[in-house]
Amino acid sequence: MSDLLSMVFTADFLGSVIRMSTPILFVALAALVGSKADVLCIAYEGIMLFAAFGGVVGSAYTGTVTGGLLLGLLLGMILIGIFAYFVLYLHTRPLLIGLALNILGSAGTVFGLYMLTGSKANSTKLGSLTFPELHIPLIEDIPVLGTVLSGHNILTYVAFLSIFIVHVFIYRTGLGLRIRAVGESPKAAASLGIDVNRTKFIALLISGVLASMGGIFLSMAYLPYFTRDMTAGRGFIGIAAESLGGGKPLLTGIWILIFGAADAIGNLAQSFRLPSQFAQMAPYLTTLIGLVLINVFREKKKVNR
Amino acid sequence: MKALNHDSDTVLEMRNITKIYSNGFVANNDITFSVRRGEIHGLMGENGAGKTTLMKVLFGLEKPEKGQIILNGQEVHIDNPLQALEYGIGMVHQHFMLVGSLTVAENMVLGLEPKNGLLFDYKRAVRETEEISRRFNLPIDANAIVNDISVGMKQRLEILKILYRGAKILLLDEPTAVLTPQETTELFKQLKHLRDQGYTIVFISHKLGEVKELCDRITVLRRGEVVGTADIDDVTELDISRMMVGKDVDLNIEKEEAKPGKTILRVRNLNYTNLFGKKALNNLSFDLRQGEILGVAGVEGNGQTELSEILSGLLVPDSGEVRIKGEPINNMSIRDIRLTNTSLIHEDRMIYGASADQTIVENIIADRYFQKGYNSKGFLNKKYNYDNTRELIKEYQIACDGPEARISTLSGGNIQKVVAAREFSSQPELLIVSQPTRGIDVGAAELIRQKMISLRDRHRTAILLFSADLTELLTMSDGIIVLYNGEIVAYFPDVKRINEEILGKYMLGLEKQSPEEIGGVVHEN
Ligand SMILES: Nc1ncnc2c1ncn2[C@@H]1O[C@H](COP(=O)(O)OP(=O)(O)OP(=O)(O)O)[C@@H](O)[C@H]1O
Ligand SMILES: [Mg+2]
Repeated sequence: MSDLLSMVFTADFLGSVIRMSTPILFVALAALVGSKADVLCIAYEGIMLFAAFGGVVGSAYTGTVTGGLLLGLLLGMILIGIFAYFVLYLHTRPLLIGLALNILGSAGTVFGLYMLTGSKANSTKLGSLTFPELHIPLIEDIPVLGTVLSGHNILTYVAFLSIFIVHVFIYRTGLGLRIRAVGESPKAAASLGIDVNRTKFIALLISGVLASMGGIFLSMAYLPYFTRDMTAGRGFIGIAAESLGGGKPLLTGIWILIFGAADAIGNLAQSFRLPSQFAQMAPYLTTLIGLVLINVFREKKKVNR
Repeated sequence: MKALNHDSDTVLEMRNITKIYSNGFVANNDITFSVRRGEIHGLMGENGAGKTTLMKVLFGLEKPEKGQIILNGQEVHIDNPLQALEYGIGMVHQHFMLVGSLTVAENMVLGLEPKNGLLFDYKRAVRETEEISRRFNLPIDANAIVNDISVGMKQRLEILKILYRGAKILLLDEPTAVLTPQETTELFKQLKHLRDQGYTIVFISHKLGEVKELCDRITVLRRGEVVGTADIDDVTELDISRMMVGKDVDLNIEKEEAKPGKTILRVRNLNYTNLFGKKALNNLSFDLRQGEILGVAGVEGNGQTELSEILSGLLVPDSGEVRIKGEPINNMSIRDIRLTNTSLIHEDRMIYGASADQTIVENIIADRYFQKGYNSKGFLNKKYNYDNTRELIKEYQIACDGPEARISTLSGGNIQKVVAAREFSSQPELLIVSQPTRGIDVGAAELIRQKMISLRDRHRTAILLFSADLTELLTMSDGIIVLYNGEIVAYFPDVKRINEEILGKYMLGLEKQSPEEIGGVVHEN
């Protein structure tokens, strides 16, 4: 146990926290865009799986990383497009269609995997590609900090850059303003001639791109292949991080790092022969504790109604 | 487009408009209505007469089954608000259409955002807001968050929004319903100024005095049909109300001298600090007795909302004591408070008064479903509940399809009647009422006022009445307290000795009574 603790406080570990935070960060940003438009999409699991699978297949068959990226994004967008169409135009309950799409994401990718490789477990046979790692000159040479910040997969940097991009998009563009308006008071927006459903649709597509990137990270960076259900609940944990952050970027960021750390500890613990169930439980346990703490705190602050 | 013969100064004409809602309700029946350039045209009618519907047709929000719209002699087709705005028609809705967390400037340009490359040019939005506000002489703080500005400012922003979009014909649906007397005066000055610049205004209001003061001509609707159009100088207030209701209405409330009994509501040293750290209530003490109507006057935002919410258990005070029939309420739940036979009409009827997606029966039984008769052995007693509701619908003259009509399909006035029917029919000993007749036509307002008087006289109900309508306050109340900055600054035991002007001075904080005079409202030690 003390070995485990001593390993936690190393530069390598901090680096792996950042790595594990990447997919959660993508989903949290996706959920943020969705929540600004007042649509809670719970289909991110399915979307990520489709994107992860698309990335592997695309890169394997085109022999290029770009091919993987494009097919991954395409499959993810198709799924969120279905979600948006059902919710916005057919008025299906988001929970139902989200549930259906998550099941489709899980089963559909296994089906595809089996058709293409004959395996129901992973895609190692396909020989798919991965995104390169980025070594940042200068920073790389700084002791500790270099290990923590440099040498990550390029998608990790994209994820952190996306925080800034999403912020600018939501708060500094006309479309962002409209998304906030339709999310908060759709009637007011409609009275000015803004097409509420179309605006929400666009917001969801953007949200879908972000979530898909999270999926692609899993199969083209974190691991070099697709395994069944490889999202392991990250689609939900991202939503949790966003809502625990209560729309505040910094707080959301902290929660993402906490979840990333929980994942990383989970990984470490496995190599210490703790029962693997405990290790895998870590992120969910963190979510639960986080939810309890934050809501108790909020309840205390709230005026007594 | 073909030219049509018309009166040369007629700018807009609606011909034979018929609008039938999807549930088969005929809201507009063959309505013909015309407006002259540069006039303020009052559109009047009882709740549910079809005023809002007619304006929505004009603004492209509802598609009429039949009829033509003729603008400047040309027939036009308006399918959505954008087209209406292109034709220079802008609408300010009965309920604000603003995004609360955005700034004034952002609300102003929403949908037409100025761009700077890919980005939204906020600075230009602010500049344009300031420009338009200067041009029309309607000052507003472009950088303020909408949630933080006063109701009067929100109204002004709504008007600026449509002017910014180039509207020449302004449709204002009950713009004064939520304004204080001061804000209304201000708004009227601005509207007259706009008229003098050649803008045309359709003005919807239930307040006869306002219409008399502001409008040049009026058109009256009743049950979806036009009753008539008249020059304002040719009709009296009584004529207008007769046109609206179809019979003579008594605008004066007859009521006997109050005979107050023992204290029902006792408030001592009440303090409350609101979310923004402002002291909303400052050491309030008063008593309210059986068979008495105590009016609470004050400019909006001087503690009235907080006081009514504390008394009904929605807010918890910082300190002080509230007793209903001698029982302190600090540890009571809202249901416990209601079980002391207390009723509440909240000023925000859509949030605290009624559940929009539920039916009339469901709303009526909301405060009593757990009582004997309304349910037996845990199951709702359907027949009993429906019969009861049917009676109330008749008694309160609620225009609807029946007990199963959803609240959201009723007009504003009829929603308020449902709320009143529920709160009054439990024969409360204590009744806390806020803005009971806001946005309600004369007929319905009269009914609600009569019911309150009869509660006072027949059931000896103690009534605390909050109202921004000073005329209502002066006719209904036996005594009046004035709130200013969360303090009671005046107590008038006999309203017959005061008038609106006197009240106004205290409401604006220009005068304050001596502690002894104010202390007169504490009847019991
Ligand atoms: N979407 C709808 N579906 C069905 N009926 C409706 C709908 N909207 C309004 N109505 C009905 O049409 C009638 C006219 O409504 P409208 O809102 O035009 O009245 P109004 O004259 O503006 O009344 P108020 O003064 O109360 O605002 C009402 O009886 C109302 O119940
Ligand atoms: Mg109306």
